[in-house]
Amino acid sequence: MALLKIRNLTVEFETATGLFRAVDSIDVDVEQREVLAIVGESGSGKSVSMLAFMGLLPPTARITADEMMFDGRDMLTMSARDRRAIIGHDISMIFQEPISSLNPSFTCGYQVEEVLARHLGLSGKAARTRALELFDSVGIPEPERRLNSYPHQLSGGQCQRVMIAMAIACKPKLLIADEPTTALDVTIQKQILDLLMALQEEQGMGLIMITHDMGVVAETADRVSVQYQGKKLEEADVLQLFENPQHPYTRALLAALPENATGDRLLTVADGWEGQL
Amino acid sequence: MSVVLETRNVTRDYIVSGGFMRPARVIRALHGISFALEEGRTLAIVGESGCGKSTLARILTLIDPANSGDLLIEGQKIDITARKVTPDLRAKIQIVFQNPYSSLNPRQKVGEVLTEPLIINTKIPAAERRARAEAMLEKVGLQAAHYNRYPHMFSGGQRQRIAIARALMLNPKILILDEPVSALDLSVQAQVLNLLKDLQDEFDLTYVFVSHDLSVVRYFADEVMVMKDGEVVEHTSRDAIFADPQHEYTRTLLAATPVADIEKIRARQARRRALFESA
Repeated sequence: MALLKIRNLTVEFETATGLFRAVDSIDVDVEQREVLAIVGESGSGKSVSMLAFMGLLPPTARITADEMMFDGRDMLTMSARDRRAIIGHDISMIFQEPISSLNPSFTCGYQVEEVLARHLGLSGKAARTRALELFDSVGIPEPERRLNSYPHQLSGGQCQRVMIAMAIACKPKLLIADEPTTALDVTIQKQILDLLMALQEEQGMGLIMITHDMGVVAETADRVSVQYQGKKLEEADVLQLFENPQHPYTRALLAALPENATGDRLLTVADGWEGQL
Repeated sequence: MSVVLETRNVTRDYIVSGGFMRPARVIRALHGISFALEEGRTLAIVGESGCGKSTLARILTLIDPANSGDLLIEGQKIDITARKVTPDLRAKIQIVFQNPYSSLNPRQKVGEVLTEPLIINTKIPAAERRARAEAMLEKVGLQAAHYNRYPHMFSGGQRQRIAIARALMLNPKILILDEPVSALDLSVQAQVLNLLKDLQDEFDLTYVFVSHDLSVVRYFADEVMVMKDGEVVEHTSRDAIFADPQHEYTRTLLAATPVADIEKIRARQARRRALFESA
């Protein structure tokens, strides 16, 4: 059974100049233990579609879908209360800016324990012990000391590890990572990606990797979905996508990679593709 | 080929206040940087955040002074603490910043952005300033009609073109590019990189390209200088650094850069398949 199945998801925003369609009839499928990468430029709706599924968009967003099934349960008709019990427990998300997604007024340990209290009912010593285990498992050095640190006392990479610790606290079945390494240095990026992949393999969770970096896609994904201006243009196995891209936009995107430069100038997406949609 | 930009043992210290009742601390951001760059070439400075690459870019652009060491532009020693920077000197070296959303004043029209360097540094009359700005807009792939628009009316890539146009208004010889494409989407990144190459050919520019993205550097630079903790760990030609990195840290950086390589994907897929089948 598929872990996640979304059919015909559309998200629209009311703007001064009328409705803006940020996501246009998109289907998303994630199998158990699968890593799906959603690739696209800014404005392609790659983050918005996942935020809509998580119910994290403001009320001005109009979300419609024919079907939203997660792990055999229908997320569309579910009450808000039931949905809240799943989100943060079975589905969790990490974001691009680790330092700004943590609350600066509370210690890192407190914020992880909050998740444990809310979803698993752990408190006091039990919560502290579990938080310590989590910090250890995501490779935070000196975990005892870091439990009492505030986010500003940690580096960006360490904050992202705290976010990951929070996200995997309840052993989720699906983790959504929204540009988890974009704000980080390459060496830290490698560590975080290695950590995410190790956790994914160890816990057998589904992983959705939202990114604009084709290199990150090549190093993490099983399957890739390419989005542009709210539409899904192509979906393929990662090897197929790089070896034999079907859509002209995907071909143009791959040709625009600096490492694929042939000759003196890069092919731009505009020369290769614009107007062929 | 003549050396247009040279540093000898440049250091830079920052003083960090220690807080209440604690002594201030001195942090050395640059430990004696030396390099010489020939005319028309592109030097890439690579390193992680905090390695001092932006500090060096600011010293080269005459924004901040060095604490010790010499900076030479076209063989002339420059010390901005001793003498004010002259308009002639400003016209020789200019900078393009990383984020075109914050480097352009939202209240200035594009025309004002482009003519301001001329107003400050030259005595060119208004009509000619405008003509030059419009010509420059076309040179960077925008239109003369954009002269009266505000920055918010442009996309990120177009804004970076405006920032590049501003830097070129004084006909500089040297352009410092501080991560000029890292805030841009992949498709736009290729356009801006092509534009920079075209401009380099046309105006015979010398580039210092600060970046953390090795795949861009590999495409763009002639020589590469790798920095770590305020020191140069390796400085050599592009081909040498990618073919045969000498320093341990350079190898770490290269290994950490994600690449879209078919063989690597194949190996990864096979490993994952085996892992999940055995489970």
